[in-house]
Amino acid sequence: MAERRNGMEMVAEKAIELLIRICGISAIVFVFGIFFFVFREGAPALAKIDLGEFLTGGKWIPTSHQPRYGVGALIVGTLSVTAVAMAIAVPFGLGAAVFVSEFCGRRTRETLKIVIELLAAIPSVVWGFIGLSVMSPLLIHGFHVPVGVNLFNGAILLALMSVPIMVSIGEDALKAVPDSYREAALALGATRWQTVWRVLVPAARNGLLAAVLLGVGRAIGETMAVLMATGHSIRIPETLFDPVCTLTATIAAELGETSKGSTHYQVLFLIGVLLFSITFVVNLAADLVVKGIRKR
Amino acid sequence: MSDAPVHGLTTRGLNLWYGTFQALLDVNLEIPHGRITSMIGPSGCGKTTLLRCFNRVNERYGYVKTTGEIRILGKNIYDPDVSLIELRKSVGMVFQRPNPLPLSVYENVVFGLRIHEPGGRPGRGELDAAVEKALGEVGLWKDLKDRLQVRATTLQLEQQQKLCIARLLPLKPEVILMDEPCSALDVGGTRAIEDLMFELRGRYTILIVTHNMSQARRASDECVFMLLGRVIEHRRTEDLFLTPSDPRTAEYIEGRYG
Repeated sequence: MAERRNGMEMVAEKAIELLIRICGISAIVFVFGIFFFVFREGAPALAKIDLGEFLTGGKWIPTSHQPRYGVGALIVGTLSVTAVAMAIAVPFGLGAAVFVSEFCGRRTRETLKIVIELLAAIPSVVWGFIGLSVMSPLLIHGFHVPVGVNLFNGAILLALMSVPIMVSIGEDALKAVPDSYREAALALGATRWQTVWRVLVPAARNGLLAAVLLGVGRAIGETMAVLMATGHSIRIPETLFDPVCTLTATIAAELGETSKGSTHYQVLFLIGVLLFSITFVVNLAADLVVKGIRKR
Repeated sequence: MSDAPVHGLTTRGLNLWYGTFQALLDVNLEIPHGRITSMIGPSGCGKTTLLRCFNRVNERYGYVKTTGEIRILGKNIYDPDVSLIELRKSVGMVFQRPNPLPLSVYENVVFGLRIHEPGGRPGRGELDAAVEKALGEVGLWKDLKDRLQVRATTLQLEQQQKLCIARLLPLKPEVILMDEPCSALDVGGTRAIEDLMFELRGRYTILIVTHNMSQARRASDECVFMLLGRVIEHRRTEDLFLTPSDPRTAEYIEGRYG
């Protein structure tokens, strides 16, 4: 009897182990699968267009008789919106993380965390709506610009969308710093701010960097809000208040209008591959930076 | 003792509560300046709590309430005009686990100088001199003078603990509090820290909490025995161990409980 039960337990153990193993490997399978299918749709376009012109060309006229497929302006659009968004979100996000983790009382912290999580739960189409109906008139009146849906509008929305991730990851990073460091600094007579700036931030820099890069990833990949709020006009922006168009928004706006298998359709998938590569490079860079810091 | 000793630390009617639990009951102590005083007693008797009152680091936790007074060189540290920052500058603390900051050896030693420099920045020469002096006093200069930029958390534990003492010295403290400073160290490390305490004796009021009765006996001039939040006995170490006046002290040092 005991032996049989052992046998059953062994089988169950093995089965669970296998299941967990599959769960672990599935992430890799999905990533490669997605990349494969996107690439398969887009690859035929590589034979029809010049890759150099695709990446650097400023002209995106996919529906003309002589179509041009240059995504240079879209890349600049995505990068500029992301950069401005991060310039706003990093100080706010990390500042909020420091406040939540080090400065406020327990009740304020719990309240703030709930509110920040709510912020993260707002669907991106609602953000886009806010961009159109609230931010746009504010920008027109506040800065006296002719068009309210522009680079700056999109960047503010992206900043607001990436702040919650930065706060929660950043707070975790600061919370993970051993309390003995805080006590050491306080016992030497450091103020709270001195403790944060001179001890906690250096100690938590890996986690804080991860928080920032997750925010960057969120901003690059965001589609709906930027589609609605950036004006969706394909050109290289010259000022903060020029309308721009991003890689993601172009795919979302145009994919439904193309016929399956056309060059336009395939090029849009190629843009997908490009986005994939950008986020891959950002993540890889993050990994390398974090490892480099750790080694030192 | 011919002349009356100067008291580095005195407490009068000190009570402390963690929430509703009273951890210190009517503590009255006079700790002489320039000597080493040890505090012994079983776990939970309040000795670490008492130690953490002297630089008010207890107050980090909102649920701590204190009554009574603590005087350091004559000044009540609970007076409203006392600056916590100045207090902690003159009352240094060494912790149970060596806790150098995750910075370089050099930055650990000058940390105090940097944070206490109002407005201006201390000059490079001044800092260098302070590092050499402080590390010299704890006997680390010879070993570490070529490794000042090494991350302090990678040093051996004994060196880390000496560094934690060294970083107090540039602030010229009056009192050095030590919370079981040797409990993470081996025999050699323990001896090194005890030797260092004797080196520093005379200039500072040193108060050490220890779990190790033989350490209290070896390394202190006076000894305080605490039990359940009260001070039971405070005498010269020799006398306390040879002729304890309270039966509870006697039983504790004989190892009947604790």
